[in-house]
Amino acid sequence: MNARIGVLALLTVLASGALLAQQGKYLPGEIEGGGRLYQANCTGCHGPEGDGVAAVNFSNGRFRRASSDEDLLRIIITGIPGTPMPPGNFSGSQASTIVAYLRSMAAGGGANASGDAARGRLIFEGKGQCQSCHAVAGVGSRLAPGLTEIGAFRRVVEIRTSLIEPDAEIRPENRTVRAVTRDGATITGRLLNQDTFTLQLLDAQEQLRLLEKSNLREFSLLKTSPMPSYRDKLSAPELADLVGYLASLRGRP
Amino acid sequence: MSGSKRSDMPARTRKHEGATGRKVLLMGCVRGGVGLAMVLAVAVGLHAQVSFDRILRGSTEPQNWLTHSGDVKSQRYSPLTEITAANVRNLELRWVFQAQSLEKFEATPLVVDGIMYTVQAPNDLVALDAATGRVFWTYPYSPSTQARPCCGRVNRGVAILGNTVFMGTLDGHLLAVDAKTGGLVWNVPVGGARPEAGYGFTLAPLVVKDKVIVGSVGGEFGIRGFIAAIDARTGKEAWRFNTIAGPGERGNETWSGNSWQTGGGSIWVTGSYDPDLNLTYWGVGNPGPDWNGDRRAGDNLYSESVVALDADTGQLKWHFQFTPHDEFDYDSTQIPVLADIQFEGRPRKAMLWANRNGMLYVLDRTTGQFLLGKPFVKVNWHGGLDGKGRPTKVLAPTAEGTLIYPGNQGGTNWYSPSYSPRTGLFYIPSWMDTFSTYIKRPVEFTEGQRFTGAAPLMPIRMVQAGAMLNRRLPEEGYGAVQAFDPKTGEKKWEYKMTDVTDSGVLSTASDLVFSGGREGYFFALDAATGALLWRASVGAPVSAGPMSFAIGGRQHVAITAGSSLFVYALRQ
Repeated sequence: MNARIGVLALLTVLASGALLAQQGKYLPGEIEGGGRLYQANCTGCHGPEGDGVAAVNFSNGRFRRASSDEDLLRIIITGIPGTPMPPGNFSGSQASTIVAYLRSMAAGGGANASGDAARGRLIFEGKGQCQSCHAVAGVGSRLAPGLTEIGAFRRVVEIRTSLIEPDAEIRPENRTVRAVTRDGATITGRLLNQDTFTLQLLDAQEQLRLLEKSNLREFSLLKTSPMPSYRDKLSAPELADLVGYLASLRGRP
Repeated sequence: MSGSKRSDMPARTRKHEGATGRKVLLMGCVRGGVGLAMVLAVAVGLHAQVSFDRILRGSTEPQNWLTHSGDVKSQRYSPLTEITAANVRNLELRWVFQAQSLEKFEATPLVVDGIMYTVQAPNDLVALDAATGRVFWTYPYSPSTQARPCCGRVNRGVAILGNTVFMGTLDGHLLAVDAKTGGLVWNVPVGGARPEAGYGFTLAPLVVKDKVIVGSVGGEFGIRGFIAAIDARTGKEAWRFNTIAGPGERGNETWSGNSWQTGGGSIWVTGSYDPDLNLTYWGVGNPGPDWNGDRRAGDNLYSESVVALDADTGQLKWHFQFTPHDEFDYDSTQIPVLADIQFEGRPRKAMLWANRNGMLYVLDRTTGQFLLGKPFVKVNWHGGLDGKGRPTKVLAPTAEGTLIYPGNQGGTNWYSPSYSPRTGLFYIPSWMDTFSTYIKRPVEFTEGQRFTGAAPLMPIRMVQAGAMLNRRLPEEGYGAVQAFDPKTGEKKWEYKMTDVTDSGVLSTASDLVFSGGREGYFFALDAATGALLWRASVGAPVSAGPMSFAIGGRQHVAITAGSSLFVYALRQ
């Protein structure tokens, strides 16, 4: 091999490395899927904002031992020997969605809750009327998702988005069903499960109910959230305080 | 767990054998000219031996289920008629076998003269009394921890010939086990068996004459797939067909460079056999890497094809490729259903095939000629088939993602379809209106590592053994059993389910169709109309095919769900 070919080969390697580095383009679905895996497997140490481990902050794109996506992928799968970072029980494609989520965290920027959690709690329990649907530590309604540990699983930016644009993302486990019985009664609630013959839901009276579809005049899954947008219901500082309170909810002490 | 169990055979079993013996005796008398002593000798011989002739003429002993799909034509059709549309509502559970396994229970059992053989995942071979579910023996086998199946440590069942039961293992071995004692006869690593590279067996083997035919999984790990025929007596390999054509083999020109070396081509399910043509038919899985075809330019034969092989030599007689240069993981991992039908006014030896790619095909199984191809679910990846059945592809995976119908699990998958010669209809377990976003990413090959090129995104999860919740929107897809007329490709009916289905279909001579679904119901439909006649809750997804057998003239229907096997018969 002469020197010129060697340089060319080196340039090719560098170019392909650069190409890989540019692969920050991930699909919303990948990011969402990775987010779920992250929340289920990674928040225990890294926290929802990715800042739970010293000198690592996913929200700022700060990693101790990784720079490329390939580095991240390898670490997620194999772990880091000699540290608490264990090998993950993930397929390559699952791990790549986690990489997608980590990259999206950095792209969204670090969003620490700036509001006052104590003031936010007053809004949650008062003006916001949040307890009419949500419960924290057993206080409040069961109709909407429980928020006791919401700060341990969802990022500040996600909590804020949910408050401002409730319809932006409704996870399958939070879908609402509306059914009308043959005698004209309307039943709404959280869809828990369904099959060809039945619907299972938690109704507005917080009763677990199974409805036979053959006894229904109609039923549908709502594509909108029953929660109102708080964009105009709260001032910007109030919203920040509420987000601050929710982000502080990390489970029972 | 073997070697001394013969004396444990209960009186009940001998009674079953006696009952069958009387039936054979009667048949001998009707035919005449056969001495009583000879008939008795034959009858005793029948019970000791499952000859290949018995398997070929399985419909004459409908109380048994002697091969994976009921017969070598793989119609999954039972000639039994005791259970009818009028009385099916009186079905009741007779017994349950709970596997010591949390894996999906995908095996279809065999029943031979009152004895049932099945597999507790991954690889424990079990013999039970088919009337009570009491276990006679278990042959436990622990596959190597190096085995790396892509999609569950599962097994789909066994084959029988003579006094020997055959089971393929997750780590690429074929085992011959004594049907009476549960003792090991032989254990061979097929083709050397390299589980660390992804090779292994999940299918029920197919017995043809004196050979046991198997094919390897591993298409997600860059294997080079094969179908191998093993001598049933010695365990020696009689022939091998490489599902990925190498240098010097016809079809190698459809692989760029050395891409054939990691070309995939898994065999996931059992093949079929036509004794008149002496051809055995097998569906071949995806090319590797699954979702990025850049490094394997060309059609990639014989991935996503059906191959027709000489059963004595393994020589390729013809092939038909459903999805050339596949990038959607549209494994042709379906059981070839052989049916003799009238097509365009003349009788045809046909092959019916509802493919994972969303298209229903009718082929001439003598020549491989394409006769008909129509979508049976929503399809958007091609713009039509030409006169030879080749699709015009219009979409491909991209770095940004491409929305494709049907989704990655396909319009159907490995679940057994059924053909009823009575109704003339082809019954297809179907995933309706399902889609995936296919993403293409770079991929490099490392032996034993996944070699796929990024995963598609889909709103529907892969099945698991336990109960699953369904909170999907209707537009995210649903499941169905569909009935098609193969003469025209016309859809006759559709039985809709809210959730998708991983269940096979059984049809019977009393015009019933049995199937199940992910919702955890096992049900019976009217074979002519699709009307629901009966259902039972089995508590977890059905991911196997139903089968039927009889004991003492009483028809039974068996299905697995979750990690258990359920057996039903009419209330008495």
